[in-house]
Amino acid sequence: MEQTAAAPLEVYFDLAEKVRDATGITVTACYQCRKCTNGCPLTFAMDYYPDQIVRLLLLGREEEVLHSATIWVCSSCETCTTRCPNDIDIAGLMDHLKSEAHRRGIVRPKGNPTYAFHKVFLDDIARRGRVFESGLLNRYLLKSGEWKAKLETGTLWGDLRLGWALFSRRRLPLFPHGVMNKQEIRSLIEEEPGAAETEGDENT
Amino acid sequence: MHEIGYYPGCTLQGTARDYRQSIHDVCDLLEIKLRELPDWNCCGATAAHSLDERIAVRLAGRNLVIAEREGLDIVVPCALCFNRLKVAQKRLLNDTDRRYGMPLEGTIQVFDLLDYLSRPNIRQEVRDRLVRPLQGLRAVCYYGCMVNRPPKMTDAPTWENPTNMDELLADLGAEVLDWPFKTDCCGASHAVTHPDLVFELVRKLYDRAVAQGAHCIVASCQMCQANLDLYQERIGRLAGTSYELPIFYFTELMGIALGCRRPDRWLRRHMVDPLPLLRSVGLA
Repeated sequence: MEQTAAAPLEVYFDLAEKVRDATGITVTACYQCRKCTNGCPLTFAMDYYPDQIVRLLLLGREEEVLHSATIWVCSSCETCTTRCPNDIDIAGLMDHLKSEAHRRGIVRPKGNPTYAFHKVFLDDIARRGRVFESGLLNRYLLKSGEWKAKLETGTLWGDLRLGWALFSRRRLPLFPHGVMNKQEIRSLIEEEPGAAETEGDENT
Repeated sequence: MHEIGYYPGCTLQGTARDYRQSIHDVCDLLEIKLRELPDWNCCGATAAHSLDERIAVRLAGRNLVIAEREGLDIVVPCALCFNRLKVAQKRLLNDTDRRYGMPLEGTIQVFDLLDYLSRPNIRQEVRDRLVRPLQGLRAVCYYGCMVNRPPKMTDAPTWENPTNMDELLADLGAEVLDWPFKTDCCGASHAVTHPDLVFELVRKLYDRAVAQGAHCIVASCQMCQANLDLYQERIGRLAGTSYELPIFYFTELMGIALGCRRPDRWLRRHMVDPLPLLRSVGLA
């Protein structure tokens, strides 16, 4: 422990360059005014504040940001991006970091419900071009393993009651709608090399 | 008769069926012909832009290509779809290094439904056709995030304090109250994955709306409406209170004020029953 206190901070400025090449977002423009963090509605659930994420990127601390809870807590409300006086698209950085964690296999659907939901959602689009809410929610519960957690905490029954209430108000459709040109949708999604990793996480 | 392209989005075929029905009824009455975009697809929503920016732009972009082919400006009721289509449009029109491989000419416009229905000519028409002023109804307007932010993408003229819904509802005769949470986030799709976060954000909205003296909250986004309506009883129970705040779509209130037949067809699909409130002010 004493060692860490004495160790000089290792800084890798290359990361900021890499992020700019990939996204066009310039983290080096940040002067730490913390406007992003002050306007963020979800800081109460974050491990690093948005300004800290920007700072960590600037210092090259890639491991910390890619493993942070913050990137998945961000709801993309765009308040930070809108208010940044230096035109840094902070919500865009969060998206970039989520994509990188996904692409590198750092994040898994089990244990990260938000990631599990995004994956199931994209799979649904790939399947028929439109999202079928009723089926989506079931697949999400299975894929994330959340049905077990919900069963244990007793919240599954509340969800089922809500589902029934929606169904009886005819707000949960029985059958999916899809686009006619499914092949075209598949080509939009599968062309990207980063998307190839959607298979195989059932094994973990 | 105006005619405009229409991109309904996936939720309007499901959980936001009430929104869709009220939109169709109001547009019929105002003689706005909505021409649904042929073979439209999902805009990609939060999932696509979180996992792969290029897929996100291409998914939303396909709809813009269709709209251009049809020669149709499009109106979008879902705030998130609107946002994704606007982002895709900006990216594709500035795609100098052909990253997306989906050329766009820039011949069509994308409108958020609230923005479209609160333009001066339509507001004039609404005032002319008003049959049932919403007198006695005290409302706060809840715009949410996606129709306004970031303004560079949405082209919104006033993003911190939008007023178009306030003005439209005032035209309908409602008593519109000012409040500071017009554009605060409801937590969106965290409702599925981290309901605790949504409950925290939404409870603040209720408390503030009640403190302002509002009878109801009016939304223009079906994610906001769902998060405020579906879990209200649960959030109330956790907070040791009962809010009983109906969450209207702005189109539902337009429909009531313009005299649409049987507004209960949409209203009965809500979780928080708006009929007692409407009866108490003589509107049902």
